[in-house]
Amino acid sequence: MTLAQPEALTFECETGNYHTFCPISCVAWLYQKIEDSFFLVIGTKTCGYFLQNAMGVMIFAEPRYAMAELEEGDISAQLNDYDELKRLCLQIKRDRNPSVIVWIGTCTTEIIKMDLEGLAPKLEGEIGIPIVVARANGLDYAFTQGEDTVLAAMATRCPDKAPVAETEKNERNAISKLLNFGKKKEEVVKEESEYVDHPPLVLFGSLPDPVVTQLTLELKKQGIKVSGWLPAKRFTELPTLEEGYYVAGVNPFLSRTATTLMRRRKCKLIGAPFPIGPDGTRAWIEKICSVFGITPKGLDEREAQIWEGLEEYVKLIRGKSVFFMGDNLLEVSLARFLVRCGMTVHEIGIPYMDKRYQAAELALLEKTCQEMGAPLPKIVEKPDNYNQVQRIYELKPDLVITGMAHANPLEARGINTKWSVEFTFAQIHGFTNARDILELVTRPLRRNNNLKDLGWDKLVKEEAKI
Amino acid sequence: MKLAYWMYAGPAHIGTLRVASSFKNVHAIMHAPLGDDYFNVMRSMLERERNFTPVTTSVVDRNVLARGSQEKVVDNITRKDAEERPDLIVLTPTCTSSILQEDLHNFVERAQLEAKGDVMLADVNHYRFNELQAADRTLQQIVQYYIEKARKKGELPEGKTEKPSVNIIGSSTLGFHNQHDCTELKRLMADLGIEVNTVIPEGASVHQLKNMPRAWFNLVPYRELGLMAARYLEEQFGTPYVDITPMGVVETARCIRKIQQVINGQGADADYEEYINEQTLYVSQAAWFSRSIDCQNLTGKKAVVFGDNTHAAAMTKILAREMGIHVVWAGTYCKYDADWFREQVSEYCDEVLITEDHGAIGDAIARVEPSAIFGTQMERHVGKRLDIPCGVIAAPIHIQNFPIGYKPFMGYEGTNQIADLVYNSFTLGMEDHLLEIFGGHDTKEVITKGISADSDLAWAKDAQAELNKIPGFVRGKVKRNTEKFARERNVSIITVEVMYAAKESVGA
Repeated sequence: MTLAQPEALTFECETGNYHTFCPISCVAWLYQKIEDSFFLVIGTKTCGYFLQNAMGVMIFAEPRYAMAELEEGDISAQLNDYDELKRLCLQIKRDRNPSVIVWIGTCTTEIIKMDLEGLAPKLEGEIGIPIVVARANGLDYAFTQGEDTVLAAMATRCPDKAPVAETEKNERNAISKLLNFGKKKEEVVKEESEYVDHPPLVLFGSLPDPVVTQLTLELKKQGIKVSGWLPAKRFTELPTLEEGYYVAGVNPFLSRTATTLMRRRKCKLIGAPFPIGPDGTRAWIEKICSVFGITPKGLDEREAQIWEGLEEYVKLIRGKSVFFMGDNLLEVSLARFLVRCGMTVHEIGIPYMDKRYQAAELALLEKTCQEMGAPLPKIVEKPDNYNQVQRIYELKPDLVITGMAHANPLEARGINTKWSVEFTFAQIHGFTNARDILELVTRPLRRNNNLKDLGWDKLVKEEAKI
Repeated sequence: MKLAYWMYAGPAHIGTLRVASSFKNVHAIMHAPLGDDYFNVMRSMLERERNFTPVTTSVVDRNVLARGSQEKVVDNITRKDAEERPDLIVLTPTCTSSILQEDLHNFVERAQLEAKGDVMLADVNHYRFNELQAADRTLQQIVQYYIEKARKKGELPEGKTEKPSVNIIGSSTLGFHNQHDCTELKRLMADLGIEVNTVIPEGASVHQLKNMPRAWFNLVPYRELGLMAARYLEEQFGTPYVDITPMGVVETARCIRKIQQVINGQGADADYEEYINEQTLYVSQAAWFSRSIDCQNLTGKKAVVFGDNTHAAAMTKILAREMGIHVVWAGTYCKYDADWFREQVSEYCDEVLITEDHGAIGDAIARVEPSAIFGTQMERHVGKRLDIPCGVIAAPIHIQNFPIGYKPFMGYEGTNQIADLVYNSFTLGMEDHLLEIFGGHDTKEVITKGISADSDLAWAKDAQAELNKIPGFVRGKVKRNTEKFARERNVSIITVEVMYAAKESVGA
């Protein structure tokens, strides 16, 4: 049987009846990333219940987030929004003294049209703490897009001029001087000279600190200096963004942030595949190098060496098939990496597809499929979970990457699943962490391999067909 | 507005969904934005449910906001009706749809014209009721719907069953140890020679509901879920109900005596005194436990209790009345039903605490310094912080509170389980205390030195800083692997680069 292989990627759009996390979940990782922040989610019990259950044990660690729980009086405007928010923010200031309060607008604040963007600057002036507003609601966004709305709002808060005056500069450098303690002045100068002369580059996307270090070092090997990250460890350390600076994204769900950086901060976006998997990392570095006119050094060997280290995992999945139900927007990058590992991708479900921001990633996916002789996958935007499950029954993929709502029921029907949310919390970026991605992807296969002789594949009784 | 980090009872729609998805072949459609279907995750994870949770969303997005749902909700209902042929579809409003004030009644009526199954709207105000109240209302609503439907069709069965029989009302999905309780109650009824007419909502089909009037009485083991349905049946058919929670030896006996009275009132000739006596003295271990030396040691020990009405009240009585433990305060988060709680526990504790504020509970625990806490997962964490053991007795709960093994809280086996829970909580606390007095198991410092003493490698400052960023529980492993890697390659100073090279190398 010869099936005509499609020449290009196909894009479809379904009903949008799919399971994903509410975008307010971004507070869970962002409050940990931005150490001096406080996230106030202005919503209802529903929002609170989701956060409480989704964040599990984190909730008990006195997190720097809270709900401003709206009551009936707030909905019917018997209470004054400004006074209520002022009261709560003063309480937060007193108890936690954060450097920034991030207001997360929710579906409810959208529907009752609470003017958070209007209230914030006024209240900010009154209480003396910056208030950043991010409308990360389930009406407009899915899961990781929450981070996108927060970072887009933060981007407007980045200082727009690097400090120039020498004395001031010295003073500002006091801390880095302390950190350089013990190094001679020449060494500091020498460190500077390790870099090629290129326009300032700022990276955007929230990553755990170790991954930030890894990617920064990776670029340093090419002589590229990372002038700053959005977000930084502290709100007070947000990077300078001058007109003409270069920016590059590290995650596929940051299209609003990219747009804000280009349009409002007049930065130049380097459109590259994302540094997920050794192939992605290499392409990411190469693209940045090419923009700065640098010839990358030693990337061939580096990538080859990483692949060599991955072989024991790759041989478990080579020739197997995978189905992405789609819920966190990492799907295209992960699919591209898995195709490179020798897998076949049936379907890439994705909540939202920004073909411009992800252009380089999509091109790399297409190229990878051609090079690997793999069929081009179908990309399904706003998928319909019910239809997807029917397709899964038909296709019988070796692995389904899906949310927790479907994982156990699919396992009970003998279908291997990997819980997709883990990809957003695990360290998956750069050469160093490629192993971690495969550790996750192969875990169900390794586990089920251990059980394969027990005959316990299908653990539900045949459902009666009507 | 209220500043809140934690809530004990969930939002109203969770209650509705718990009831709807407990029934067999009932589907719930939430009128909600994307991401509000977190209920499916909880059910799939906590209950380790093998089947797909029968809950879908009719998504409220920007278009709905601008133009209203129009055909969307109706289409979603008829589509689900065609796909899965459920007996009943429950349209479930959420906080979002409450504010939109769309005419969901109208959608239901329109969908009903096309759907083969039944369609109803869960009639719950999101801003006035919590999860528990909503569950109670929804269950009553569904029962009433099917009773009235059967009455209209003339299908309502006449008269009672031949032998004494019972409806057990209130066992539901995501309820605390509900499945085990339900099994235990069925056993108890079998022991008492009472037929179980129906169990609702867990595992029931809506077609069984019309048979409910045939039962001689209704048993409502949980204060929070089932009372409204039981009262409805009493009002319609004069069916009496027993709402004494059979938790603990004394209360189980009281519940059984009440059942005896109720069925004898309808012409049965039951005498359960012998059974109660046999179970209490020789079968269940709890009465003997309270008499044993172990329990003597617990006399006068201080405990605090917090949870939902059912469990907190029952635990307070067990601790004080059956084990001689001093309950300093007992509390509930069921504010809407606070009077009942006060009346139940006031003679068994020094103080009654009614609050939904976990901070107030934490403070009250710290103030009292009890030897053990019996509460929810939140109190367990307070206990961890204060070094006080805690037995979990009520929702909110985590996955470890959905044990696979048989662990009822009700009936005679329940008394055994509770005795274990109480005893283990206290001995662990005592053990800890003794260890502290006698200097602990080992001195911690020596252990740490033993492992790291032979480190001949120097860590560069930045690498040390990087190492400190790694979460504590894997830091030791990362450190050892990196040092092994460095030693094999004769690297004497570990820099950040060396650290990550080690991570990248095979097997590190």
